Amino acid sequence: MKPTNIAAPDYFHKVVDCQWACPAHTPVPEYIRLIAEGRYSDAYMINWRSNVFPGILGRTCDRPCEPACRRSRVEDTPVAICRLKRVAADFKDDIRGRLPKPAAKNGKRIALVGGGPASLAVARDLAPLGYQCTVFDSDPKAGGMMRTQIPKFRLPDSVVDEETDYILNLGIDFQGGKRIASMKALLAEPWDAIFVGSGAPRGRELDIPGRKEARKNIHIGIDWLSNVSFGHVTAINKRVIVLGGGNTAMDCCRTARRLGGEDVKVIVRSGYEEMKASPWEKEDAVHEDIPILNFMVPKEFTHDNGKLTGVLFEKVKAVRDEKGRRNLIPTGEPDQHVPCDDVLVAVGQENSFPWIERDTGIEFDKWDMPKVDQKTMASTHPKVFFGGDAAFGPKNIIWAVAHGHDAALSIHNFLSGEDIAERPLPDVQISSQKMGIHEWSYDNDVSNDKRFKVPHRDKVFALKDIRAEVELGYDVKLALGEAQRCLNCDIQTVFTSQLCIECDACVDICPMDCITFTPNGEEADLRTRLQAPSVNLTQDLYVADGLKTGRAMVKDEDVCLHCGLCAERCPTGAWDMQKYLIDMTHAGTPCQSPARSAA
Amino acid sequence: MTYIAKPKFQHPGLPKNDLGFTHRDYEGKVSTLCAGCGHDSITASIIEACFQLSIEPHRLAKISGIGCSSKTPDYFVGNSHGFNSVHGRMPSVLTGANLANRELIYLGVSGDGDSASIGFGQFAHSIRRGVNMTYIVENNGVYGLTKGQFSATADRGSKSKRGVTNSDNAIDLVAIALQLGASFVARSFSGDKTQLAPLIEAAIRHQGAAFIDVISPCVAFNNHTGSTKSFDYVREHNESVNRLDVISGRDPITVDYAPGSVQVVEQHDGTRLALRKLNADYDVHDRLAAMAFLQKHSAKGQVVTGLLYVDPEAVDLHAHLNTVEEPLNRLEAAELCPGTAALEKINASLR
Repeated sequence: MKPTNIAAPDYFHKVVDCQWACPAHTPVPEYIRLIAEGRYSDAYMINWRSNVFPGILGRTCDRPCEPACRRSRVEDTPVAICRLKRVAADFKDDIRGRLPKPAAKNGKRIALVGGGPASLAVARDLAPLGYQCTVFDSDPKAGGMMRTQIPKFRLPDSVVDEETDYILNLGIDFQGGKRIASMKALLAEPWDAIFVGSGAPRGRELDIPGRKEARKNIHIGIDWLSNVSFGHVTAINKRVIVLGGGNTAMDCCRTARRLGGEDVKVIVRSGYEEMKASPWEKEDAVHEDIPILNFMVPKEFTHDNGKLTGVLFEKVKAVRDEKGRRNLIPTGEPDQHVPCDDVLVAVGQENSFPWIERDTGIEFDKWDMPKVDQKTMASTHPKVFFGGDAAFGPKNIIWAVAHGHDAALSIHNFLSGEDIAERPLPDVQISSQKMGIHEWSYDNDVSNDKRFKVPHRDKVFALKDIRAEVELGYDVKLALGEAQRCLNCDIQTVFTSQLCIECDACVDICPMDCITFTPNGEEADLRTRLQAPSVNLTQDLYVADGLKTGRAMVKDEDVCLHCGLCAERCPTGAWDMQKYLIDMTHAGTPCQSPARSAA
Repeated sequence: MTYIAKPKFQHPGLPKNDLGFTHRDYEGKVSTLCAGCGHDSITASIIEACFQLSIEPHRLAKISGIGCSSKTPDYFVGNSHGFNSVHGRMPSVLTGANLANRELIYLGVSGDGDSASIGFGQFAHSIRRGVNMTYIVENNGVYGLTKGQFSATADRGSKSKRGVTNSDNAIDLVAIALQLGASFVARSFSGDKTQLAPLIEAAIRHQGAAFIDVISPCVAFNNHTGSTKSFDYVREHNESVNRLDVISGRDPITVDYAPGSVQVVEQHDGTRLALRKLNADYDVHDRLAAMAFLQKHSAKGQVVTGLLYVDPEAVDLHAHLNTVEEPLNRLEAAELCPGTAALEKINASLR
């Protein structure tokens, strides 16, 4: 193998699994260390810079970082990264003084359609640069689906208010209650750029017999949740069936339990494991005594005199075909009728762009989705950019934020007359953490603790009040314990061949058998010759040559604990522990070293 | 030394031995020796050998004297028996323990100071008597604990870290062991664990006095130009006569060797040693030739390593003394007291 080029920004970025997996590339270990030090405001600002909504995401993020966490390859469970983010938000001081100040306007005007996370992220990045940002939303307050579709018992209004205000106070013109009805009309107005972050606002229909006749008691999940959020709906009947297996279905069933639903069931086509809902959301639903029934396909809504009486289901099982794809085929058992009073349909969301005329220069593909560039978020109209669910269909908040950063960078470059396809490299800093002979600037002693549970409000009280937040969040002590579980994967093992005397001290001390000195070879061959089996091909081998014996140093990054013992036992300093910080390029910070406002 | 304990986590795919242990289960406390010390690699090789042999920790007795090397038994097989004895007195403690209970595996760990100076006589007599043991000398040529004076194994003409030339002749412990009748003699290098670990394994299986001299560079005081016990010097002057694979009695030999290049040595307990010859003329059963070979290469400044001599028909001290099979602590009154009739008979024979 060729020696690893550790100067390439991506190499060490990939070793920080959580940061690599985060769409917005939040420097996770860095803020977790600050939490352990009790520097909550600093931790919050690192998050705010990367993901814009730390308090909201700390409660609702889809957390792609956690399945990626190295800790889950070393023991059972990942670090509770998401809930630690909430700790930073809960315990921070007043950070308003650290936010950017409204800037002198540069004369460029940008229209943002939709007041959700994508648009707000764009506005957050562009307003401090002097752009006049105007956000249009049909709802009276900013936040989009974060405010209307996520139940208050998961995300209180106060958190949404606080974090949307941080952005709106940057001098942004928020036009609430104003729905944009025509792109053509908008394009005719003197905007320098338009960003579409209007989400995926339409709930998918379930067109089976009885839908029309029983429509009074059949509700589309996301619309119903919005109505609950605005107080238009305050009650539901006792027996409720929720159809669908995603996170919206979980929000629906838990909301129904709080509005009078006593016998609430979730009924899903697929198996339990294959459901789209996040595992923790399923657990929370089950904890609130909501059974989840699997492998049942709805066939018909039964009704009597215009009143819903129940749903008829066909029983199916999963069978793999010769290509290994899972298919659901009927088991042949008799259909099952489940009686109920109300049905909530949460079988997916769709985009809907009736307000974008098809002759404005914005091209649509065969699925009637706008053609959007994955990297620049640009549409085929030079002035129009997309982001969030509006760009590529329903995803989640953290993806919307990532899209927002990318779109803001494109808009800034576009209006500065630069090529938007050219993306500046991220800012990378790497520095030794050695403080003394065996002293490091980070706590290298690996904690053996299992994941700490987040305390919940007592179920009896939680179910009584739809606005009572269920999760209470970690207290300071639990947060410290959980923070200590982080393996500090951003403190990298850096090897210098010229200093190595091949004494094997690092090989002997490494608790995970990561390091091998062996003749070099092709990767597939090398992986068979390492100290410990090397089966995780998604993790790189760190190869260095130039040793006196002609062998190569090969380190399997897979389960390295970043404990620094290799560097402690190295007599010559050939191993060093160096902190690697990568700051993704946001609008207005190209190629200069942005002083980390927080740390 | 490091300030933190070695993390408990281990690689999820580590192989397990017959007892279900991984090599991590054979570790001891974290080493307090200098970073990079060759002794730590010998410790790692002992751990590897014990893991490969599926040794039950409670069946191992590790005994040492005084010195950097003699600290190392604390760093491997934490749940075994141990005795850290007086300087140079490891061999007599080991001999005594062995006579009292022959069922344990005896591993003596010593250094060049402990065995070639203060304990030279003890070393000689334990070898001469053929005690069933594995005697490892971690040989760095200097007194590390007292800041790097030459030890008795330092080669004449080699230089200290401060540039002083050694004028005394060196004791070659391997040559002495051969001369005193050790039935298993090897030399290895801490920087070559693939050679060392199988040698320790074979030595543990050997039923007689097994001696291994391991050159172990002292990174603090004896790893400079002018030293003949540095990583660089040993790597450049290593004359390895063979590589060893230990094959336990049950398994057939399946390793593919070039014909004629392998010599299989069967030991008393059924273990077979497959020796891949690196020097075609070297015969591991010829004690006299081995001694001559050593002297010849030593004169050229070369370090001969590998399995240098093995007697497959070795007998140990217990056989010489015709001692009882049973460990002494298990002998009851019935065995220890022959009874009045026997006493009468003995008395009568003396009248």
